[in-house]
Amino acid sequence: MSDGYETVIGLEIHAELSTESKIFCGCQNAFGAAPNTLCCPVCTGLPGALPVLNAQVVEYAVKMGLALGCHINTLSWMDRKHYFYPDLPKAYQISQNDRPLCETGQLQYLVGGQPRHLGITRIHIEEDAGKLLHDAATDTTLIDYNRCGVPLIEIVTEPDLRSADEAKAAMEEITRILLALGISDARMQEGSIRADVNVSVRPKGQAAYGVRNELKNINSFGAVHRAIVHEAARQRQILAKGGVIGQETRRWNDLEKTSVVLRTKEETHDYRFFPEPDLPPFEVPEKTIMALSAQIPELPATKTLRYQQAYALPPDDALLLAGRKPFADFFEAAVALRKAAPRQLANWLLGDVSKLLNEHRAELGDTRLTPDKLVTLVEAIDAGTISGTAGKQVLEHIISKDTSVETAIEMLGLKQVSDAETLNTLVNSVIRENPAAVADWRAGKKQAQGFLLGRCIKASGGRANPQVTASLLRQVLDDICE
Amino acid sequence: MELWKMSATELAALLDTRQVTATEVCASFFARIDETEPKLDAFLHKTREAAHRRAAEADRRLAAGEARRPLEGLPIGLKDNICTRDIPTTCASRILEGFLPPYSATVAEKLDAAGAILLGKLNMDEFAMGSSCENSYFKATKNPWDLKRVPGGSSGGAAAAVAAGQLPWALGSDTGGSVRGPAAFCGVLGLRPSYGAVSRCGLVAFASSLDQIGPMARTVDDLALLFSVICGADKARDATSCALPPESAFDPAAEPSVKGMRLGLLKEYFTAAVDASVRGAVEKAARHLEQQAGAVVIETSLPSTEHALAAYYIISSAEASSNLARYDGIQYGMAAPSGSTDPITAARSTGFGSEAKRRILLGTQVLSSGYYETTYKRAKLLQRQIAAEYKSVFEQCDLLLTPAMPSTAFRLGEKLADPMWMLQSDICTTPASLAGLPALSIPCGFSAQGLPIGMQAVGPRFSEGKLFMLAKAYEALIGGFPMQEGPL
Repeated sequence: MSDGYETVIGLEIHAELSTESKIFCGCQNAFGAAPNTLCCPVCTGLPGALPVLNAQVVEYAVKMGLALGCHINTLSWMDRKHYFYPDLPKAYQISQNDRPLCETGQLQYLVGGQPRHLGITRIHIEEDAGKLLHDAATDTTLIDYNRCGVPLIEIVTEPDLRSADEAKAAMEEITRILLALGISDARMQEGSIRADVNVSVRPKGQAAYGVRNELKNINSFGAVHRAIVHEAARQRQILAKGGVIGQETRRWNDLEKTSVVLRTKEETHDYRFFPEPDLPPFEVPEKTIMALSAQIPELPATKTLRYQQAYALPPDDALLLAGRKPFADFFEAAVALRKAAPRQLANWLLGDVSKLLNEHRAELGDTRLTPDKLVTLVEAIDAGTISGTAGKQVLEHIISKDTSVETAIEMLGLKQVSDAETLNTLVNSVIRENPAAVADWRAGKKQAQGFLLGRCIKASGGRANPQVTASLLRQVLDDICE
Repeated sequence: MELWKMSATELAALLDTRQVTATEVCASFFARIDETEPKLDAFLHKTREAAHRRAAEADRRLAAGEARRPLEGLPIGLKDNICTRDIPTTCASRILEGFLPPYSATVAEKLDAAGAILLGKLNMDEFAMGSSCENSYFKATKNPWDLKRVPGGSSGGAAAAVAAGQLPWALGSDTGGSVRGPAAFCGVLGLRPSYGAVSRCGLVAFASSLDQIGPMARTVDDLALLFSVICGADKARDATSCALPPESAFDPAAEPSVKGMRLGLLKEYFTAAVDASVRGAVEKAARHLEQQAGAVVIETSLPSTEHALAAYYIISSAEASSNLARYDGIQYGMAAPSGSTDPITAARSTGFGSEAKRRILLGTQVLSSGYYETTYKRAKLLQRQIAAEYKSVFEQCDLLLTPAMPSTAFRLGEKLADPMWMLQSDICTTPASLAGLPALSIPCGFSAQGLPIGMQAVGPRFSEGKLFMLAKAYEALIGGFPMQEGPL
């Protein structure tokens, strides 16, 4: 918006970690189980039950910190954060306040194929709370404690973002990194990744930040975008009228596209943080950090840029491939086999392969498709052995069956016919059977040639080589006219 | 044979030689309980039927020639803040009335696995907050040596029951002196173990960084045996628990000796803040150990002692305010009075007693922004200072000897209107709590009114073996600690 104002945005992203067990007990960490079937006295905060920190949670969080170039605190501890809500059975959340596990890093993300950077303030670990289920019919509220103790990381960013587009892109990149590291399912629709968004506006050129408002309860990338656009406009309107923005925490309602005040500055919680006495401070030895460092893969944004440069892929295609690890791995294996065709391979993967996977609700790894087979398929089309259309049929076959491309072509009888004699006979018979179209062509309706070509291909069962057939057809038609 | 008068170790020998059955042992203790309980009020809940069943089971096992497990057939009681599966656990609070834990504390499981027979749950000050056992919502336990007096607190039910022979031993819990204080008032032994020595899993938290479950008994062998069963790392359920180093071990067969043991008398404890009769008894015991057993008594000092009480009340109340915030009458325990428009406030207003409320308020205050730095953080610094001073004192001496309580047992109701006085009564016990050190209250005679006096021995972390050695040497010197055998 070029109205003299600038929007300033910072994110607080909560992501559930996909560790096997919960953060403070041995209960299974899983989504979607029947209410209150995945909980124990620790989850439900029963008197006398004590937390024990799950080392895998620390490991996962450190991985995220390393991926974002953070400083890892070798000595860290948990704190109690107090607030009262029935889904929090201890009336405090075990979190980190004074000494988060990771501090001061940077996220590289892409907007329109161009790299941008977002400062990471901190990443800390904490426990999730339960869920309240309101039953309108009986006007009762039930508590499901299954989510209590599900491990979370909270990623707090610097206020470096300047638009809803940037915020959405950054959030998407964080999701891709979580997936690339294999530490979170990052499914927004299941609430396994959620964002609070801090938004302020200020006159362009002003160094000091405006008064910020925090928007809570945002659980989709689209909603992040909509909430920011709405909030930035709301604040601009207030400022344009000469009003003053109060520091508020607001709840975003994505259905109604509005936000309502949850708390004003005066009502800010005093969380009464103090170090969790049930958990001794814990160390992350340098040796562990080094070992985890070695496990950090190339990040999606870096990979995207590399695909753009090395393979001349369009930014969107590069991002789509790089953002999904199975696709990126498949693509790179295929490109290694056939260096000349990265664009073609990318098109197949993002086009027909993705379409088939969607239709079958399958993952790439569940199929029989291998990089080798895809390369063979592309080569068969390039060599004119089969047509592009036939290639799609072959793909459908080899994606689900353990057969080679060659066998599939044979079995489906899709081998392309390029033999001039056979095709000549075919063309002549089509011309005989379609006098009206020939007459049209004679009358100067050149599109009739396309129609006739289509008939030829159809008559051949899709096997006629289109280029050879087209040139033969043209010759025969020209001959007729002379 | 009056089995209830015997120590657990003596009973074990009789069981081993088949001179008695577990059923007879159980019956004898229940008879003593039935005789004395109407006057003593030590129990909140008796597990009579389950105890008889377990005793019969033990007898069957033993009759079948199976080896007797360490505590098999031996009765025990637990302070009511130790969770016992499907057995009421109330912390003597109305807000936990009716609470049946779905799990047992690690110590309860260990006792169970060792074959001990639970006779019941013992009275205490609500949530272990108090020094008289009068803060129980349900009833006030009496001192078996003088029924008009308090047994001390907060493990008052445990101390009174052991002193009166209702039980040979029991488990209490000690945050700022809750095992040692009542042990001193009732004339029994009470150990606060090194922090981390005993799993806190299933101990309803008062102040997590200070709470420790501790054994109470009438003989040192019993005390050491019970401790050996309950101690040890429990890393899967309590991250603050740890394995004990070998030097903490105690050999009950070894001849007790304190020859050459350097015993420090801290001058801060021998002031007007402590009754002259108590000071005199402790000094006399020290001289006794020096002259008769070859111990070396050294006068020494721990300058920060005077700040310990304030630091203790700030830290423990801060943690208590956090730990007690979960009690809202929603998930378990007392339900809010029906028809209340604000059920949570109603449950808390009626469910917590005044001492618990006082500490919740104090703790909430010291953690609040604007007070945290000047109170809680300063208290934590003092705690570190005290621990450092102990460390340097232990370079000169092996163990420290102090009074356990500044007075003998006071009258029921006498101090109720004076909560500050009640807090002051922890001056002798809170310093060791803050430093995480093991401390043992040892009976050392009676006042002119016939009330027990206790001395406290404090050692470096994990010096439990040495504390038992000192206590056993003293026990031998004075010919054992008397129990209240009377009909009450």
